[in-house]
Order: sequence, then structure tokens, then C-alpha cells
Amino acid sequence: MRRAALALALLLPVLAWGAPPPGAVNEETVRQIAAQLRCVVCQNLSVADSPSEMANQMRGIIRERLQGGDTAEQVMAYFVDKYGEWILLSPPPRGFNLLVWTLPFAGIGGGLLVILMLTRRWSRRTRERPVAEPVDPATRERIRREMTELGQ
Amino acid sequence: MNSQLVSTLPAKDPRRLWRRGKWAIPLSIIPLLVLLAYGFWTDPRAIPSPLVGKPAAPFSVALFDGGRLNLGDLKGKVVVLNFWASWCYPACYEEAPVLERGWQTWKDRDVVVVGVDIQDTEEPARKFLKQFSITFPNGPDPTGKISVDYGVYGVPETFFIDRAGRIRKKHVGAVTDDVFTREVARLLKEGS
Amino acid sequence: MTPEIGYAMTAVALGLALYGSAACAIGARTNRPVLIQSAQHAAIGTFVLIGAAMLLLVYAFLTFDFSVRYVATNTNRGTPFYYRITALWGALEGSIILWSAMLSLYTLLIIVRYRSRQAEFYPWVLSVMLGILAFFLLVMTIPAPPFERLAPIPPDGRGLNPLLEDTGMITHPVALYLGFTGFTVPFAFAMAALITGRTGDEWMRVTRRWTIVAWYFLSLGLLIGGWWSYHVLGWGGYWAWDPVENAAFMPWLTGTAFLHSVMIQERRRILKLWNLTLIILTFGLTIFGTFLTRSGILSSVHSFTQGSIGAFFLGFIALVLLGAFGLVAARGDRLRAEGELDSIVSRESAFLLNNLFLIAAAFTVFFGTIFPLLSEAIRGVKVSVGAPFFNLVNIPIFLALILLMGVGPLIAWRRASLDNLRRNFLAPVGAGILAAGVFRLLGVANALALTCLSLVVFVAATIVLDFYRATGARLQTGERLLPAMGGLLMRQNRRYGGFVVHLGILVVALGVTGSQAWSIQTESTLRRGEALQIGQYNVRFDGLAASEESNHFKVTGTFTVTNNGHALAVMTPAKKFYPQEQTPIAAVDYLMGLREDLYLVLGDFARDGSQATVKVQLNRFVTLIWIGGFILTLGAALAILPEPRKAPSPLSSPPGGERAG
Repeated sequence: MRRAALALALLLPVLAWGAPPPGAVNEETVRQIAAQLRCVVCQNLSVADSPSEMANQMRGIIRERLQGGDTAEQVMAYFVDKYGEWILLSPPPRGFNLLVWTLPFAGIGGGLLVILMLTRRWSRRTRERPVAEPVDPATRERIRREMTELGQ
Repeated sequence: MNSQLVSTLPAKDPRRLWRRGKWAIPLSIIPLLVLLAYGFWTDPRAIPSPLVGKPAAPFSVALFDGGRLNLGDLKGKVVVLNFWASWCYPACYEEAPVLERGWQTWKDRDVVVVGVDIQDTEEPARKFLKQFSITFPNGPDPTGKISVDYGVYGVPETFFIDRAGRIRKKHVGAVTDDVFTREVARLLKEGS
Repeated sequence: MTPEIGYAMTAVALGLALYGSAACAIGARTNRPVLIQSAQHAAIGTFVLIGAAMLLLVYAFLTFDFSVRYVATNTNRGTPFYYRITALWGALEGSIILWSAMLSLYTLLIIVRYRSRQAEFYPWVLSVMLGILAFFLLVMTIPAPPFERLAPIPPDGRGLNPLLEDTGMITHPVALYLGFTGFTVPFAFAMAALITGRTGDEWMRVTRRWTIVAWYFLSLGLLIGGWWSYHVLGWGGYWAWDPVENAAFMPWLTGTAFLHSVMIQERRRILKLWNLTLIILTFGLTIFGTFLTRSGILSSVHSFTQGSIGAFFLGFIALVLLGAFGLVAARGDRLRAEGELDSIVSRESAFLLNNLFLIAAAFTVFFGTIFPLLSEAIRGVKVSVGAPFFNLVNIPIFLALILLMGVGPLIAWRRASLDNLRRNFLAPVGAGILAAGVFRLLGVANALALTCLSLVVFVAATIVLDFYRATGARLQTGERLLPAMGGLLMRQNRRYGGFVVHLGILVVALGVTGSQAWSIQTESTLRRGEALQIGQYNVRFDGLAASEESNHFKVTGTFTVTNNGHALAVMTPAKKFYPQEQTPIAAVDYLMGLREDLYLVLGDFARDGSQATVKVQLNRFVTLIWIGGFILTLGAALAILPEPRKAPSPLSSPPGGERAG
């Protein structure tokens, strides 16, 4: 379950910006894993982005482990073993952490429902009332000019 | 949000709902304020180590004085593993004499102090060792493997490893004589 | 003497602000204009005192007066002249004095402008503004005084944080703070509206321009922050979802929601409670953001020093939010909607959705930022919430917002008929789909990039269509093309200012999409004479040079760049070693282009200059972000122009048409 969660955490952002072409260079995988890990000496930068020496060394370790046959999940699991959950730049989506992943979407869903309900309730009441045809910009312009002329 | 949306309806219920529930808005702020106040008591930079209680990762370091040191060779002894760097000022400079003193005091009693120099270059490292007349074994970690193996996120950090090879305590920041003596004495007393 | 004089000035200013706030409130309550007059004088007094204190501090900087602790910790004798002035806002205490100065300036402007115009609101607005100013002056007096004496006087100062020695440093805090403090004005008016019970649209109408100006400066501050991050911090990115960036982004999101939502209230007289909530949230978030970066409860790139200042800010946030929302709860029943929503397919709906998504984004950023703290409090486990999370959740929200940018301005009010939808959207939707096809054929495979591109084309098409039709109508009456277009922009400047701002956002979106989807980077250790290849560029390492600067030691690498064989440039990324910093600061070198930036960061190097590690990035379309910001500026300027006087007319306006949107 844990492995799956880590894989999910790794893959989702990858899918978001486009999966790497098949047979990807090892370097790209290193970068993708590094983008998921937090640089421990910086403030909120990923290991991929950070220019610090420590991040450089961490990238080296990722590279070495991949070359040694580890899968991406195993590399991430190694870092989590050593540093704790904190080293992952986005919280693994299980347990308490699900809160931060689901609340925003739940909020959007709830908000949409509220808007839908409210408009339905109101439009039910005003359906009898005729609504004037809205004016498009061209007509609006003409009316403005004509009114200005009239006013003068 | 309910009130102004339904107040044009000739219904009494929404108004009552507003009257009873309107104070919920300001009151809901309070849990947030409590959480933020809690934040004053935490240190955002202190990361608890998951390695305490686990077996210390084996490593092999090439010493500045020549030769190699393997952690495995030190089994049965209490090991004080210190991570430092020459640019780490002032903390590493404060604790260097403490560690040397500790080494001198305890080295005949089954205690080994080992220093690992990380993210550093040779010349300033040697200068640092000379400045404090360090005699306990020290070696560099050029690839950072040892530091990551121990979950190091800054310098200085010191690990107290017991005779069975388990990490028993991680100390972040400069070590003091008190801390050194207390931890070493505790681990020695436990026997093997 | 300087520290004592300065301190005395801030203390007196604090007293005046407190007095002024109280006097104004009492004067308004008991209808005693003399008290309000007195409060005005007090406000002018605080403005003079704060201004004088600021000038005194600048003088201390320029004369190397290290008896002032703030001067000693932020400059040294090697700091260049202009940075000695901008060091004023280089650290915590100075940032508070800058904030106070801006607040007192705004207060003065309010006195000048509204003293005789808004008799009912004015005293309460003044009271609230002075109260908020008093808080910041309190912070300057107790936990974070800029005029603290340092004894014994050191021979030299510590020096400015080297990351702050940059042109971005000169402008970013000023723009950002103008934005933050700018939102105080609509907030004060909202409070005045609640207190006086005049909760109609008036308070919003009066503050419309303030809101746009504040929103604009906040946007500018964020963009300059991105620029600074990109050009100075050396990691090649412009946004890291760092807590301090989030702290400024949240009020921008709610401020944008507020900006749009007031347009509905102006038209349809609904959502009054919602608008009040939005401005309270926006102002609250500006204080919250300041709290985050100064309290030390979260680690961030920007963390200033800690101390008791966090407690002061938390207390103030509690006072503001509880007070403001308490006022809303007490007076809320006066907020009656005078209209309704008719259909889900309408402009009102589009604006509501706009608000929903902006608030959702703000909530995401907020919750993600405090979640580590929450996790620690509840579970005892520290987690990180960083870029992968924020990107994943926010990207769909932003895409939805781009779509709404195209739908909102053109869809009809109240209920859009099928005919209206067809007239306004058929062509743009077609253009969007066509664009998607074209880009796909051109080789864009990334699904998100394709979606974003087609949405951008859709929105751009709606803007062009509207402008084209309106100009066409003018041309029909015999006007020539350019005067028709210009006249249109001037007469309906609010509407077209808004369109230009939207265009700016679109360009920024293009820049973000391009840079995220298509940038490439590589890192190599090169020996002298060796080169690496990235894209069509060849980067050859030529050597290192060391130099001694006024306040640091610099190692510069020389790299020759050729483009497909043609010599392009010699680039010089460097590493700067400051005595007061533990690790060196990277000075990146870059070649800026429209389509791509070539970006070099110098890493490790051998002492003898025989080899060096360099990270090279080809960042695509980043320049579009800065161009978009420029377009945004034009749009905001257009939107706040004074409206041309309308000719008087005996007829009433046709529904939904005449007033500029």
C-alpha cells in the first residue's frame, strides 16, 4: 500500500506535465525523482531545483541507486527511511494526509452544488417574468452614439 | 451567505437560521488562531529522526591521517559519530574542543569518537583539524552517501551509537560536555 | 543621539495614531466635528513623524551610523551607495517602517480626498486606518524597533544579505507593500459601511479605484518577486510555492475574486455579504502573510528573525478577524439582496464560478501552507507540502479560470439565450479547437499544454471578437478606424482595461505553460576547453577568474556559447563569497530571448581553474511572463482612467448595456 502510495505520488505530477518518451534517458528519471524530494538544506526547494552542494550529492546518490538496479519507488523509500515523511515534497496520499488532497476538491464540489441549488431556486421563481434580450457590443455602441447625439 | 440570498423570500426559517448561526463565522476563526499559536512552540527546522533505535548504517571512511575506518570494526564499543564541516561557523567551532576532550577522557573505556567531514574540501578541513588539535579519527564523505545514510540535514549533527550498533540518540547542533558525558555514560553502563 | 530621536518619533507617532483613532470614533458617534478635526491633525502629525523617522534612518545608513543596530546588521562599509538606501527595507524592522509609511500616506490621501465628500463614512474610515497604523507603530515601538541603539559601536557593520543586492530588491518590496497596504482602504470603507449601517454599494463604488490600484501593485510585486527568484536565487525557477510566496498569493487570489464580485453587486445588487466577507478575508490575508514570514512558525526562504513579534501579529489578526466578522454577524441582517440569479447560463453565474475557483485556489494554498503545522499538531509527524501538491491541485483550477475569462465578459446578464451563445462563442470555440489541432500537428504532445494553449486561443478570440464588433459599429457611423478604436478604449475604459488585463494574464499563462512543459536542463563538470551541448547551443568552458569586490570575493567562470556553430556570446556566471555568509551565493548569467533563455549557474570548481561544474538551462518562453506583466500594467492603467463625462439624456439606459463593464 505504501509502495503504491509512493508510486502515485511520483507518477501523478509526471502524468500532469507529460510522460517521458519510452526508453527515457536515466538522467530524466533522476530528475523526476529528485523533483519529488525536498532539498534538506534549502527552504522548500526540490532536490532537482536546488543549486546547493547537498542537493548535488543527493542527486548523485539517486543516480547511483538507479544504476544499482533500484526502482524509482525503492529510491524514494530509501530516502523516506532515512529522513521520514518530511523528505517527500508532497505528502503521500494516505491516512491523515488525505485531508489536504481531498478538501480542496470537496470544497469545489460543494461550492458548485451551492451555486447550482441557489440558481435553481431563484430561476424557478423568475421563470414567469420576461427577461429583456441582452444587448451585444455592436448594438450597445450604436445606442451609445445615438443617445449622445440625442443628448446634444 | 444564506441571508442575503433568501431574505427576499417570504420565509421565516432562513432568517432564524441566520440569527442563530451567524456567530459561527467569527467563532470558526478561533481553531485557526489556536493552531497558529501552537506553531510558536514548534521549531519548523527540527526534523525528528526516524533512525533512532535502528541499527546504524555501515560505512567506510578514508581517514585524513591515512588508513580506513569501518563502522563494523567498532562493534562492541560506544561510538560517537559527529558530522561537521569547516565552513560551519560557529557551532562546529564550539563543539570541536568538546569532542576532543571527550575523546581524551573516554578513549580507554571502549568509546570511539569518529568525525565525518561533509560538503567540504581537503585544505580547509585539515586546517580545522589542526586548529583544534583533533586526534580522534576523521575522514571526508565526498559523495555525501554517509550523510544521507544517517539522515543528516545540517551540520553539526552527532549520533550516539551503542555497543550493539544501534543509534540511540541524535543530537542536532553543537555538542556540550554535559550532553557528551551523559550519553556516553548511559550507553556504557548498559554493557553489551 | 540618532537612535533616541528616531525612537521618540515613533513613540509619539504611536500616541498620535491611537489618539486619532479614538477621537475620530468618538467624534463620529457623538457627532462632534471638532474631535474629527483633531484626529485629522493627529493623522497629519503621524505622517510627518514617520516620514521624518524614515529619512533619519536613511541618513543613518548613508553616514555609516553603526550606533543604530539596524544599520549595523544590514550594511557595512563596502555596501554600495544605492543598496544602503534600499537596505531600509532589507530586514524586519525596516519593512515595518516602510509599511507604516505607506499606511500613513494612504491615510493622508483619504483625508485630502474624502474629508468633504463622504461625510458619513469618512470619520470611521479614518478611525479604522489610524487604528491599523497604530498597530504597526506599536510593533515598531516594542518588539521590532528600527531605532535600537547598539553599544559598543562596532567599527564595521555586518552587511546586507547578498541576495538583496539586486535591482529586484529595490522594487519588489515597495510594489508588494503598496499592494498589501492598498487593500486597507477598501477594508476600512467596508468597516465604515457596516458601522454606519449604509451597507449598499456606495462603499464599493467609492473604493473601486483603490481596489484596482492595490490589486495591480500586488500583481506587480508578485511578478517582480518571480523575476528576482529567477535571476538572483540561482535555481532557474520563478515560483517555488514557498510559504512567503503563498503568503502574497493568497490575498491576490481573494482580491481578484473581490474585484470581480463587486461588478455583480454593482449590477444586480446581490452578494453584499459575500463581498464584505471577501474584503475582510483579503485584508486579513495580507496581515496573515506578514505574520507567516515574521513569526518563525514556518520555515521559508524569506523568514525574518523571530521573537515576540509573532505574538503581536497573531493578536492583531485575532482582533481584526473576530472584530470584522463579529461586526458582519451583528449587522448582517441589513444586507438584503435586491435582485436574484435567473439562470445558470448567465454572466452572474460565470462570475460566481470565477469566485468559487479563486477561493478554492486560495483555500488550497492556505491549507497546503499550514498543513505541515496541522499534521505536527494532530499527528506529531512532520510532512512537507510543496510544489508537486500545489501544482497538481491548482493547475486544473487555473485552467477553469482561463476558460471563465473568455466566457464571462461576453455572456449575457441574467439569462443567455441560445442565440446569444451562438453569436458570441461559436467562433472562439471553433478557434480554440482549431488551435488545439494545429498545435498537435506542430508536435505538442503534452495534454495539459495543449489544453492551456487552446483555452488561451479561445479567450483571445472572444476579446478580439468583442473589440472587432464594437469597432465595427463605430465605423458604421462614419468614424475612421483609429479614432474609432481609440474612442472605444477611452469611453469604455473599464471594460477594455479589463480585457487588456485579461490579455496580460493570458500571456503570463503562455509563459508558465511553455516554461513548465518545454524547458530542458543539463549539468556537467567540464575541463578547460571542454563543452556541453544543449538544444542547438554549445557551451564551452574557458576558465576561471578571481576578483576582489567591495564587499565580497568573486570567482567568475567564462563560457563561450555558440549557436549551431555561430558564435553567440561569452557568458560569465559567478560565485560570490561574502564574509558574513556561510555558503557562497550564485550569480547566474543568462541570455534572455523571446522563445528561450539560456541560463548558466556555476557550481563547484577546482581551485586552479582547471575544471568547473556548470548547470545549463534552456528555459522556454519565460520572457512571456514578464511581457504579460507589462501588458497587465497597461490594462490596469486604462481601467482606472477617469470616465469621460456622459452627455445628459432624458432617456433611461437600456438594460444591461450602457454602462461600461
